[in-house]
Amino acid sequence: MTPPETAGQHAGPATAGPHPETVGQHPAAGGPHPGMPTYLGMPSFPVAARTAVADSQLRRNLAHATHTIRAKRAGAVGELADWQELRAAAKAIKDHTLANLDTYLIRLEENVTRAGGHVHWAQDAAEANAIVAGLVRAAGADRVVKVKSMATQETGLNEALAADGIGALETDLAELIVQLGHDLPSHILVPAIHRNRAEIREIFRREMPDAPDDLTDEPRMLAAAARSHLRQAFLSAKVGVSGANFAIAETGSLVVVESEGNGRMCVTLPQTLISVVGIEKILPTWRDLEVFLALLPRSSTAERMNPYTSVWTGVTPGDGPSDFHLVLLDNGRTTALADQVGRQALRCIRCSACLNVCPVYERVGGHAYGSPYPGPIGAIISPQLRGVTSEVDASLPYASTLCGACYDVCPVAINIPEALVYLRGKVVDAKRDKHLSPERAVFGVSGRVLRSPRLLAAAQRAGYLGGRLVGRSGRIRRLPPPLSAWTETRDAPAPPRESFRAWWARTRGTGR
Amino acid sequence: MSAGRGDERSAMGTAREQILARIRAATDATAGSAGSGGASGADVDAAYTALPRDYLRAHHDRDIADLFAERVADYRAVVERVPESGLVYAIARVLTDRSAEVAAVATPDAAAQPDGSESADGPDAPFVVPAGLPAEWLAELPASIALASDTPPLSAAELDQMAGVVTGCAVAIAETGTIILDHGPGQGRRALTLVPDFHLVIVRSDQVAADLADAFARLDPGRPHTLISGPSATSDIELIRVEGVHGPRNLHVLLVAPSR
Repeated sequence: MTPPETAGQHAGPATAGPHPETVGQHPAAGGPHPGMPTYLGMPSFPVAARTAVADSQLRRNLAHATHTIRAKRAGAVGELADWQELRAAAKAIKDHTLANLDTYLIRLEENVTRAGGHVHWAQDAAEANAIVAGLVRAAGADRVVKVKSMATQETGLNEALAADGIGALETDLAELIVQLGHDLPSHILVPAIHRNRAEIREIFRREMPDAPDDLTDEPRMLAAAARSHLRQAFLSAKVGVSGANFAIAETGSLVVVESEGNGRMCVTLPQTLISVVGIEKILPTWRDLEVFLALLPRSSTAERMNPYTSVWTGVTPGDGPSDFHLVLLDNGRTTALADQVGRQALRCIRCSACLNVCPVYERVGGHAYGSPYPGPIGAIISPQLRGVTSEVDASLPYASTLCGACYDVCPVAINIPEALVYLRGKVVDAKRDKHLSPERAVFGVSGRVLRSPRLLAAAQRAGYLGGRLVGRSGRIRRLPPPLSAWTETRDAPAPPRESFRAWWARTRGTGR
Repeated sequence: MSAGRGDERSAMGTAREQILARIRAATDATAGSAGSGGASGADVDAAYTALPRDYLRAHHDRDIADLFAERVADYRAVVERVPESGLVYAIARVLTDRSAEVAAVATPDAAAQPDGSESADGPDAPFVVPAGLPAEWLAELPASIALASDTPPLSAAELDQMAGVVTGCAVAIAETGTIILDHGPGQGRRALTLVPDFHLVIVRSDQVAADLADAFARLDPGRPHTLISGPSATSDIELIRVEGVHGPRNLHVLLVAPSR
């Protein structure tokens, strides 16, 4: 799982395998930071990216996985002739819901309560974690089984529970790989996407005491090892913790979409179920599932439908948990909601299609984004939930080529490039008052030069002469500081001998 | 924690009001054509009804039972089409085969024994049968097949010892090859179709809806539901789908056509 503190301090998994009682030795997460944990000390994106890009094994693993899923997604989406209409409907439903979020949240609360559930509200991560810890203690438990949930990664719940002496066991196969590998998740859907099968086998053999001796790197065998490893924990769990993909206001129903059956285990077998759900996960009506369950599986795992979807409404006597708690989480979402451009990020259904098509993500992987939300969507969610004050958050809106592939595949049509450019503006605004950057100085001078034909002609002549000094074979590879910031990551063409305007004046007459 | 309970509750009340106030401030400030923070419930419902839904209600006009069978098979579930008159024999055969498999796994060296009597001394793990399953479905079971009732409820550990479970379903979706349980009569509570490693599910062809829209319209949202599309699987290793993690690793579907 995701340690909210320095990645480098993360000596062991917060909750390794079947020994959750070993947790609690780690620096507590529930410190002064009430919101979404930044991986503190996380370098800016370009710095982290440089390390990642140099790791050729990582790049091979990422390229293999993202290319596989890209082709499959295209096939699964291509099957539906009305994909664009589904997408438009999903966008409209989400926008409408966000515009009337108070109405729908109150409806959801009423209907969950009527069906025998309890609703809690949490303004930030610290409040949410405290509510969950209190509920676990009230249930008389010192450990919980968890199905993968972005909301609880965002709040750093596992570490907060550990500080309270409560062990949290992640049951999703990829989360288990991350926990056992003392690692950080790097993908929304497949947190261990940066590991290949051989590496996973090594992690299991090293860290899983009950792994079979003849364990191979055959995915089927690795999955079987995880099954037997977690079986006892599922069968004896008293408290389950989940997120939810959707919460239906009209009926009070929660929906968890998954593949392995660990989600079903967590929401069915324990007596107490606690679901931590972002306030933007709400859908107005039951009928809306016909849209979102058509879009989500095809976009995320490229399947017509994921193996298992659980839907429950409050409590059902004699079937499943007798005690159900819904924790509604704000944690920065209302700030994003107030932003006309940024708000669209709240439509996100966490499918991860944008990660899989992103040329930057494909080469860098998820860790460089310094957040539980990596990739293009992370680059617009994290700076909105956390603000643009930290180095990594200020750099995230630039972690993109703006090619637009993410927008094309987004099942809820989030215009990620538009939001990135907009957030770049916010980053610049936030820096503007502090100091004069070389970039601003250059643009200030450029403005003056470009307004004056005479200054421009002089600058072009000077540029040619200057370019001859530093450029060999028509390319400038290195400029002196502060211009080196530009040439560090790309070559610049040497300025031509003659500008277009000079050529025109020379060959077509008098200049003007 | 009892002492602090009142405080916690009022703090929770505060959180609720503060979140709702922030939402209203945010939506009022940005209220455009898409609705407004101060809208009444009726206004909100009217705006919702007017949302565009230009997608197809159904994607296929072919025989949807055929389509369902194909798409279930795509998930590497076992699917068989049987006439109504053949259903009881199919159930007996499937459970007998599964029983033999369980016995073979329980005594892995049985195959190596000279007399080859692998199933004879294997444990006869029972199949759990939910209340409300039509009794006639089990009329042709051989005596060697043991059944277990879930009344009174079996523990999770007991369910883990079952050879499998036999159920009906509420609705199925042809387009996606999905079976939906609403855990009503003949389907059992959710744990029954989760913990055992083998699930035999009987789907009548009139239960198959063409598409998601039709299927969800047939369901009662107040009930718990499980949507099942193939056996338990994961894509967590190199984004390749592999069957067999925590849910039943074996899904066997009998699709029953009505007798004519």
